[in-house]
Amino acid sequence: MTGLLLEWLIKIAVVFAILLTAVAYLSYMERRVAGWIQIRVGPNRVGPLGLLQPLADGLKFIFKEDIVPLKANKLLYIVAPAAAIIPALMTFIVIPYGSEVVLFGKQIALHVTRINVALLYVLGLTSLSVYGIVLAGWSSNNKYSLMGGLRASAQLISYELALGMAIIGVLVLTGSLDLVNIVEAQRGYWFGFLPKWNIFLQPVAFVIFFLAALAETNRVPFDLPEAEAELVAGYFTEYSSMKFAMFFMSEYLNLITSCSLATTLFFGGWTGPGVNSYPWLSIVYFVIKVFLLIFLFMWIRFTFPRFRYDQLMRLGWKFLLPTAIANVVVTSTVLLLVN
Amino acid sequence: MEKAVFIIFAIVAVGSALNLIAQRNPLYSALSLIGTLASLSALYVTLHAQFIAAMQIIVYAGAIMVLFVFVIMLLNTPEDHPEIEKQQWLRYLAIPFAAVLIGEALYVFREIRNITLPAQGEAEHAIGTTWSIGTNLFTQYLLPFEATSVLILMAIIGAIVLARREES
Repeated sequence: MTGLLLEWLIKIAVVFAILLTAVAYLSYMERRVAGWIQIRVGPNRVGPLGLLQPLADGLKFIFKEDIVPLKANKLLYIVAPAAAIIPALMTFIVIPYGSEVVLFGKQIALHVTRINVALLYVLGLTSLSVYGIVLAGWSSNNKYSLMGGLRASAQLISYELALGMAIIGVLVLTGSLDLVNIVEAQRGYWFGFLPKWNIFLQPVAFVIFFLAALAETNRVPFDLPEAEAELVAGYFTEYSSMKFAMFFMSEYLNLITSCSLATTLFFGGWTGPGVNSYPWLSIVYFVIKVFLLIFLFMWIRFTFPRFRYDQLMRLGWKFLLPTAIANVVVTSTVLLLVN
Repeated sequence: MEKAVFIIFAIVAVGSALNLIAQRNPLYSALSLIGTLASLSALYVTLHAQFIAAMQIIVYAGAIMVLFVFVIMLLNTPEDHPEIEKQQWLRYLAIPFAAVLIGEALYVFREIRNITLPAQGEAEHAIGTTWSIGTNLFTQYLLPFEATSVLILMAIIGAIVLARREES
């Protein structure tokens, strides 16, 4: 019992540290990718290739003055950043980031925990992450913040439905809500060369999932809650110092989680050639897949213009949701006929 | 271990429920309700009802309460509704409702002795998993399930009719 508890604690600590480091370096990567796409340089002064830039940013965040607006609701204003970052940090624990490895003579499965409703757990936490944004928007007592908060909550509720429906397609294929089982089901090859990834069976579900994930993580072209041209900065207009950094971090955490979830559901998670003989390779495959997806997100951000709000809502309710439902019906029917 | 978890979340649930009633600010009340729902969900997990726990979070805490908070934020000023104070008879309506609730609770307390929880090892086939709930919902309880969905469909149509603007 104590051994198991210790294993859990170590896994949580390691994942926590890696996630937060990854978040810091994603901000660096995003600026470098932006520079590359827009044919300029990006941050390259702090340390070699600018690699120490996240460290400098972190220090700067800590030393900035922490301002609470006079007319703000103090309690909720302080709670809101925490309410944004806690669900974002909690989601990753059910995602399997590797197969089983032997460490210090002990068989260790590379996921923090496995529960039989893992997918629902992820969806639940995603739906809870709205509160941080909504409370931030309301408690700042600023009309731009409020507009951003309201937009964010409407957008998140709308796209959550399409996201859940897209996942059901994968769900009926695998017959399990457990992400570990979903990855296991994607091992092996068709015709000896095509990996058994769900994306080949569920391309429509993947496209819907991807678009909904873009909207859920508030990224361009769906970043209406913080559209700087209309709303200054949206729900975190009034925030400064580490409180602002916490919103920033939760956004990148959600980005990592969404990409990890997409990898797990559609791209075979940690599977890849040679995993059976070298289990440590599984982590490498997982990281590469997630990294490529994150790069795709960034590529989209610096390529597409922003949607208008009514276009966003129309896309969510009139296109993504019906398509997702149709996908569920077709998948279930085909599966029933095949079996 | 399980007992400690139960005590912590039971205290949080009851505490937030009391806070829900005691608060004058409707937004704080709504947030306390979210606290109650979340800790109830944790209690469901200790009863091996993982699916119900997840649904509690997704449907109630994540969707319905977001709409509540949404509406409260748009109304904004809690002190602007003196007409609620005038409707004193509403207070007396609470007495029969409270009696019904207490009766229900007593009934549950009486019946709970006959229920045995499945052991940890049988959790895969226990009452609360997605598989068993799905199976029961689409075989034994098919009619109530379909009736509920028709009811919800009617509510949706009603909402659309009310919200629809007349074409001019």
